[in-house]
Amino acid sequence: MSSQKISLTINGESVEAEVEPRTLLIHFLREELNLTGSHIGCETSHCGACTVDLNGKSVKSCTVFAVQANGGELVTIEGLANGTEMHPLQEGFYEAHGLQCGYCTPGMLIRAYRLLQENPDPSDDEIRVGISGNLCRCTGYQNIVEAIRYAADKINQAEGAD
Amino acid sequence: MKPAPFQYERPKTIEGVLAVLNQYGEDSKILAGGQSLIAMMNTRALQPRVVIDINRVPALDTLAVEDDTLVIGALVRHSEVAGSPIVREANPLIAEAYPHLAHRPIRNRGTLVGNLAHADPASEMPAVMVVGEAVMTLRNHDNLRTVHAEDFFLGPFETAARPDELLTEIRIPVAPQEQGWGFREFSPRKGDFALASVATVMSVVDGKIASVRLACAGIGPCACRLADAEGILAGATPGEEAFAAAAAAAVATIDPQEDFHADAAYRRDLVGTLMRRALADAHGRCAA
Repeated sequence: MSSQKISLTINGESVEAEVEPRTLLIHFLREELNLTGSHIGCETSHCGACTVDLNGKSVKSCTVFAVQANGGELVTIEGLANGTEMHPLQEGFYEAHGLQCGYCTPGMLIRAYRLLQENPDPSDDEIRVGISGNLCRCTGYQNIVEAIRYAADKINQAEGAD
Repeated sequence: MKPAPFQYERPKTIEGVLAVLNQYGEDSKILAGGQSLIAMMNTRALQPRVVIDINRVPALDTLAVEDDTLVIGALVRHSEVAGSPIVREANPLIAEAYPHLAHRPIRNRGTLVGNLAHADPASEMPAVMVVGEAVMTLRNHDNLRTVHAEDFFLGPFETAARPDELLTEIRIPVAPQEQGWGFREFSPRKGDFALASVATVMSVVDGKIASVRLACAGIGPCACRLADAEGILAGATPGEEAFAAAAAAAVATIDPQEDFHADAAYRRDLVGTLMRRALADAHGRCAA
């Protein structure tokens, strides 16, 4: 099948590429652009390991074709830190032991990144509902909830101090 | 793993979509949110020759109340419907059911109309549409017809839509102010498809049930209306006694499937319990 030209912004940088229509966004990121931070889990939209932020919304990049992201603005795990300075969420996962094997972590972080913009001061229940599309088989979620809580508090304190 | 190769079409108008559908019919699939379609293509359960992406058709993104009818176009995402004050006002049952439907990232992509066209037997929304008396608008290249939700769902992943037809929008009558609503579901994990769910609307006049509609999902091949239970409730005094009698009638008529999620007896019990609770919710929300 003939390839199609797409252009999009990924983590603030313009990207142009030619892709087959059947190329999934997650495969495009990992195999064409070498952005391997986003993981492939189930490829059927259940697990959330491939979650990225497309046009200001969390989406599972295993069920979006790359051609559909044409013209879009994408944030992946690679775009979360500010240089060598960790995003408060990354710091939270580090401080609160929000990961064990780490496989779900990029998806969790990118989902939490959007969750805290949708709801800057979520309750523990709201965090649990907010990340319910992301599966973790190690932590039992408690430390992930605490990590997101840590980040929310840190972000809110920084904004309160401004 | 990747989907099998396909020809990708991205028309910009409804007419353009219908022309492609007319040409390829059963060899084509409509791509709206893709949350079921692409997952099935990834496992190669589906290998359509042509994928018709309707995401660049602006005429399909209507979400409005027109002439006492809530109109939801084929491109309106679940998130938009779930968060819409218009929907909450016009049909609170839809808003009530939404927290049970998948998770935020899936709702951000998936569309309500796509969910209905997909017709998963365990999905919540077909039952909500049957109870809400939704009317489906189906178009092909030279015709437009409408089908009531009750006649639309024919079986698992099977609807009245023909291969050359696009489900362009659904139209749902605005619920009367005095009408109460209830939606109850049980699923092992939040956001999963239901083992069983029950949707209902009810209105009460002079202490008697003046009208009631009931449907369940997750039981049998598609969303089904529970007419026997409705018959028992019509004209009855609303309360635990009537609700229990109706639930018993519903449980006696349904024929739940058995699978590794739950056996038939368990599903029957679930329907009875969920129904009594949904009816109590609806009764509590009826304006006196």
